[in-house]
Amino acid sequence: MRLSPDELVIWQRGFVVLNSTIVTTWALMLVMTVGARLITRKLKTEGEISRWQGFLEIVVTTIQQQIKEVGLLHPEKYLGFIGTLFLFIAVSNLCAILPLYEPPTGSLSTTTALALSVFVAVSLFGIEEQGLGGYLKSYLKPTFVMLPFNIISEFSRTFALAIRLFGNIMSGTLIVGILLTIAPLIFPIFMDLLGLLTGMVQAYIFSILATVYIAAATRTREA
Amino acid sequence: MDSMTLIAIVSIIVAGVTIAAGSIAPALGEGRAVSTALNSLAQQPDAASTITRTLFVGLAMIESIAIYCLVISMILIFANPFWNHVIAQTTGK
Repeated sequence: MRLSPDELVIWQRGFVVLNSTIVTTWALMLVMTVGARLITRKLKTEGEISRWQGFLEIVVTTIQQQIKEVGLLHPEKYLGFIGTLFLFIAVSNLCAILPLYEPPTGSLSTTTALALSVFVAVSLFGIEEQGLGGYLKSYLKPTFVMLPFNIISEFSRTFALAIRLFGNIMSGTLIVGILLTIAPLIFPIFMDLLGLLTGMVQAYIFSILATVYIAAATRTREA
Repeated sequence: MDSMTLIAIVSIIVAGVTIAAGSIAPALGEGRAVSTALNSLAQQPDAASTITRTLFVGLAMIESIAIYCLVISMILIFANPFWNHVIAQTTGK
């Protein structure tokens, strides 16, 4: 029983190992980038707008509106990072409907990488907004006794982001695998549907939590 | 009872108890969260989108606790390092 797509090795030479996680991630990146490039080749602002462009516009404006509702005043600055997080996790979880596909987010490596990138991004956005001194001083709020707790909470938030996404997706694929050996007729389909739903919810949760952390780090002090 | 049997027994029992005990509190917490959210939705339907979004974020954080227990349980069953070590010892002998 395979716990994660890391264990399926596709090509290996020396210490360079191409496992299913890496190959699937790059395939997803290729599909999304090429697809987006093809759709945005001829952007139109009036007249007959193609359906794909309308779809992309819905996606982008919805993400922008969600970022603004969380409290970030200039969503354009953060739209690239947060939109990428949401779209990558959502597409990788939605493609679970394809046969012979294992979502790369079901591997602890991918989710740890995403959580680490959120950690770095929160620090960078905080420093950009408040300056290095202001950002470091925010760790001493509300009193300087809270410094170790703030540091611990920073690391545990990152850890929780990684484990939450990994646990949800991995358990979804694992339960379908187990059900296939026990009751293969109808139940795996229901668990597949549940897996799709939780995949979308987890993508939304990951990006909203990233937004909330960035908002907390860039919040200017009340004058 | 040699160490191999002991490791197997303890792993199986602890895996079951972990996920059983670890899902009680998150389930209760999520029930309370949803019921409070429904109350406030009934009182202020205009704030529905904010309430719903905050509800989902809160539910995900509560759910994480159950997910931690699930991950430990899965590791004990499928990727148990102590079991692998003992198996490697017996096959290596």
